Amino acid sequence: MVLILLKGFSVMSKNRRILLSPLRALALGLFLVGPAAADTVTVYSARNEQLIKPLFDAFTQETGTQIQVLTDKEGPLLERLKAEGAKTAADVLITVDAGNLWQASQMDLLRSIKSPVLTANIPANLRDPRGEWYGLSVRARTIIYNKKTVNPTNLSTYEALADPVWKGKLCLRTSKKVYNQSLVATMIATLGEKQTEQIVRGWVANLATDVFPDDNGVIKAVAAGQCEVGIVNTYYLARQLDKDPNMPVGLFWANQKTRGVHVNVSGAGVTRYAPNPTGGQKLIEWLSAGKAQQIYTDKDFEYPANPQVKADSIIRQWGPFKMDLINVSKAGELQAAATRLMDRAGYR
Amino acid sequence: MRSRGSIWNWRGWGPSRALAIAALTLIPLLVVLVSFFDPQPEVWSHLAAYVLPGVLWNTLILILGVGAGVLFLGVPLAWLTAVCDFPGRRFFSWSLMLPLAMPAYVLAFVQVGLLDFTGPVQSWLRDWLGSSNWFPPIRSTGGVVLVLTLAFYPYVYLLARNAFITQGLRAVEAAQALGYTRAQAFWKVALPMARPWIAGGMTLALMETLADFGSVSIFSFDTFTTAIYKAWFALFNLPAASQLASLLVMFVLVLAAVDQRLRQNRRYAAKNFSPVRIRLQGGTRWAAIVFCSLILAMAFVVPFIQLLIWAYSVWQEDFDGRYPVFLLHSIWLAGLAAVAVTVLGLLLSAIRQHHRDPLTQWLVRLATLGYAIPGTVLAVGVFIPVAWLDNQLLRAASWFGWETSQILKGSLLVMLLALSARFLAVAYQPIDAAMQRITRNQGNAARSLGLSPRQTLMRLQLPMVRGGLLTAALIVFVDVMKEMPITLMTRPFGWDTLAVRVFEMTSEGMWDRAALPSLAIVLAGLLPVILLVRKSESGLH
Repeated sequence: MVLILLKGFSVMSKNRRILLSPLRALALGLFLVGPAAADTVTVYSARNEQLIKPLFDAFTQETGTQIQVLTDKEGPLLERLKAEGAKTAADVLITVDAGNLWQASQMDLLRSIKSPVLTANIPANLRDPRGEWYGLSVRARTIIYNKKTVNPTNLSTYEALADPVWKGKLCLRTSKKVYNQSLVATMIATLGEKQTEQIVRGWVANLATDVFPDDNGVIKAVAAGQCEVGIVNTYYLARQLDKDPNMPVGLFWANQKTRGVHVNVSGAGVTRYAPNPTGGQKLIEWLSAGKAQQIYTDKDFEYPANPQVKADSIIRQWGPFKMDLINVSKAGELQAAATRLMDRAGYR
Repeated sequence: MRSRGSIWNWRGWGPSRALAIAALTLIPLLVVLVSFFDPQPEVWSHLAAYVLPGVLWNTLILILGVGAGVLFLGVPLAWLTAVCDFPGRRFFSWSLMLPLAMPAYVLAFVQVGLLDFTGPVQSWLRDWLGSSNWFPPIRSTGGVVLVLTLAFYPYVYLLARNAFITQGLRAVEAAQALGYTRAQAFWKVALPMARPWIAGGMTLALMETLADFGSVSIFSFDTFTTAIYKAWFALFNLPAASQLASLLVMFVLVLAAVDQRLRQNRRYAAKNFSPVRIRLQGGTRWAAIVFCSLILAMAFVVPFIQLLIWAYSVWQEDFDGRYPVFLLHSIWLAGLAAVAVTVLGLLLSAIRQHHRDPLTQWLVRLATLGYAIPGTVLAVGVFIPVAWLDNQLLRAASWFGWETSQILKGSLLVMLLALSARFLAVAYQPIDAAMQRITRNQGNAARSLGLSPRQTLMRLQLPMVRGGLLTAALIVFVDVMKEMPITLMTRPFGWDTLAVRVFEMTSEGMWDRAALPSLAIVLAGLLPVILLVRKSESGLH
């Protein structure tokens, strides 16, 4: 086809009537898409395709319902939903942090659903109080340390990493990542702006090197001894330990004697103008239970949101932990405030 | 000139013709500009106090650094491979284009991975020397400038090479005949004559630098674009992000105005080339080989090998029957876009040549601004009007009992139009540079023979800008293969390309698993590079 078009173009200079033929070819390819099949659920997802595809395949096999999925970043997906308005094709929105779910609900893109199944499967702190979205996996963000240089008994809380004893020993990921914005947002919620800002300033003063663009960078730097402690999401560490079990990096559950480890969720909601809301709700309910929870979380070493489902063996070795029970929607609500606070504190 | 006149001279057809093409870019731009009716004083005062001072400085440094960098790499490399002769010249002449196919963020990720504290180079140094603290940090201003220069020099290289091949030697010979030394001939004649090409290449490199988000984030280097994304994704304030983006566009417009003023009324007349190359001898010869090898190694070979290693490690779990489909989609989309955008670029340049009134000139400038807007912002700017139009169509369709959720959305046509909005500059710059080589006499002759604009285009301009057209099509092809935000936003359901695959993997930090699709992009990008080289080499040995 491309060749035909190129050919058409090259003879165009000699005979402009021939220009019409590639145009005609283009017109044929104009409307590639057919209407969706009757029993189909359409998903807009910011969670990447290879993590959700196996699940959707299993769902289709079990229920016969086809799933049509479109992946993109959270920001564009929300704008897309908004622009499509009442005519959207999407039934379900999946994103990978509570901040964006909260934002979707602020933009009135989600609908409240009442589901005894979801209320039973998902703990109250991991879902929207109004039932617009539900967490499906838990992403814990905690402290890691270099096993050669740090005695874990010296570790306690996120806040303690601001202490000058860690000067030149702390590695952090950029404040532009939503995981850090959520962490600081929940700190604001419990400690207040003033104290949180002091802590963040302390972190910045303790940095061993410029902030990293991703959690992997932090883990590698801790392993290489560029710094001694860092804060990361556990699944990044699990992934790296899966590849290299001898890496000298340990995991410490932060704030166990106080509010607990900061957790975020990846989750889903049914869209405001879903053409097939029952199908969408069924999919989310299915994702919240049993085998689906297992596949949803094991593929990426996350923790199941459903407490009845066991986590993967690699992460079970870190033992149970106490999680911060503050509702994760707080993270969304205070995300902008957290970002401003980090800007003020010079945390890039 | 017939239609030269005030900006209010509406009689000519120029403005309306230019507008027809410029609308592709203007509509999304206007969508972005509408944000000015929604002031966000709170966010602005925060940004002004804590974010903007730093990012403005950083952006300025980046522009100056990358601008100088691409000049210092692109022009000498083009000169060496276009008019000189040294062992390996033929190989370098095409291989130095290859970094174009390597997405800048991949290059950045690989170089940072290799040269950072935790990378193999410094680890090795620590094992042998005990410390690597003296090693210059790659995650620094210098590092960003270096990597972006390596990623974007091919624009200058490609365009300058085009200029030198078609007129360089002849110019040097003429100058030498007038008593200049070879060096003087280069500086005083060949270089000034290649100016529109070099400026065109630099414009592309700088626009892409301004719009870049992926690479600068890998360095944690804050620029104007990262501030735009911060306002949008972290402060949840799309209006403020759009306002920032419009400022970026205005900045580019100012640059364009300066550029236009500098270029005004300059015409370039030269053609024919002599078949004898400058043969490099002794030390210069070795210097040329080392220079070319070094750049090729840093910008392409090293990241390519890293991709191969990663791809090998994930090959078995990742490769499946869908890959040929991804590849096919990528080539199909990039091929169609290359043809469509090149045709639009040619028309735009022809319109600008024919109608020299200021309004037309400005519309043409505006049409090529899409390349300087951060991709995701432009993608939203494109999608909003398309979704609006679609909703009107859907409403009409439902009167006729046709219930569906999309008509225009997710169609190839909309994808192509959206990609045109982004890449028109890429096609326009090389074509317009080549157009300027058509002398005023030739143009006047065509007109006095009674040729219509269309006939002039077909019989005079088209044959003379063939090299520029090929260059344009090549760059658009390769750029579309790498493009993410617009492809993500406008593709049909389940219609994934290699770039979409790269996005899926890198969004969760799985860089090794992104190697396979990245490698496929690079390899598919080779096809047009080889094609282009064949064409441009014929007739010059």
